Amino acid sequence: MVDQSAVGREFTPVTARVEPGRLRFFLNTLGEGNPLYRDEKAARAAGFSAPPVPPTYLFCLEMMDATEPFEFLTALDIDLARVLHGEQRFDYFAPVVVGDVLTFRPRVTSVTDKKGGAMTLIVVETKVTNQDGVHVADTSRTVVVRNPRPS
Amino acid sequence: MSATQPKLGERIVHKEFPPITRHRLALYCGASGDHNPIHVDLDFAKKAGFPDVFSHGMLVMAYLGQALTDAVPASRIRSFSTRFAAITQLGAKLTCEGTVAELMEHNGEKQARIALTTKDETGEIKLAGEAVIAL
Repeated sequence: MVDQSAVGREFTPVTARVEPGRLRFFLNTLGEGNPLYRDEKAARAAGFSAPPVPPTYLFCLEMMDATEPFEFLTALDIDLARVLHGEQRFDYFAPVVVGDVLTFRPRVTSVTDKKGGAMTLIVVETKVTNQDGVHVADTSRTVVVRNPRPS
Repeated sequence: MSATQPKLGERIVHKEFPPITRHRLALYCGASGDHNPIHVDLDFAKKAGFPDVFSHGMLVMAYLGQALTDAVPASRIRSFSTRFAAITQLGAKLTCEGTVAELMEHNGEKQARIALTTKDETGEIKLAGEAVIAL
C-alpha cells in the first residue's frame, strides 16, 4: 500500500508539443464544433495568437508524450486495474495554443487512507510551463486506489 | 461574457451529448493518450471486477468542458475542477449543466463561480464540479 513516504515524490518531466493534427483528432472524437479550436481567424478574434486547447486537453498532452504514461503508478507499485480517477482540477494562468511546447512536472502532494485502508487517495500535482518559461497552468489529479484485502 | 452580469442561480451552461459507445471510448483512448485498457478491453475490465468497460472520467469532463466553453469564452476560465462521483456506463446519455453559484471579486477581477454537473439519462450525477470565470 502507498504510504506517506510517497509525498514529495517527483516523476520524470514530460515535454509535449501542441500539434494541430492530434488536437483535431481530439476535437472530432468529442464532436467539438466550436470554431475557436480549429480556425486561426476565430482564435485571433477571441484574443488568442493561435487556436487554444480545450479546458481538459492538458491532461491528454502529458499522457501522450510521456515515455511511460503511467509512471507514477509503476513507481509507487500500484496496479493499473485497481485505480479510479477521483478528482481533477485545472488552474489556468496563461493561454496554451497550437504550436506551444509545454513541460509538465508532476509530484505527489498527498496520500490519504480511506475506509480503514480499503482505499487510498493519492494527489499528484503538475506544474505546466511553456517554451518561454511562462507558468501557464497547474493540474491536480486525485486517483483512488482500491487496495486488495489483506490476506 | 456579455455586458450583462449573470444572475445568481441563473443556468448558463446546458448541453446534451449522444450516448457513450464502445467506438467513442476507443477513439478517446487514442485521442487522449489514456491507454488504460479498462476502458476498451472487456477482458481486462472483467478481470478487474467490472461487468463491462466504462467511460474515461476525462471523456466526461471533456464534454463538461465543451458545454462550458460553449457558454463562456475560453479566455475567461480561471479554473475548472470536478469530482468523479460515479462510473459512467456504456450507453449513458449525458447532460451537462452549470448555474451561477457565487459572484465575487479576486485581485480586482470580477468573477463568478459556476456550479457544474454532468448527469446521465436517469438523473444520476456522474461529475460534480465548478469553474471560476472572469466576468
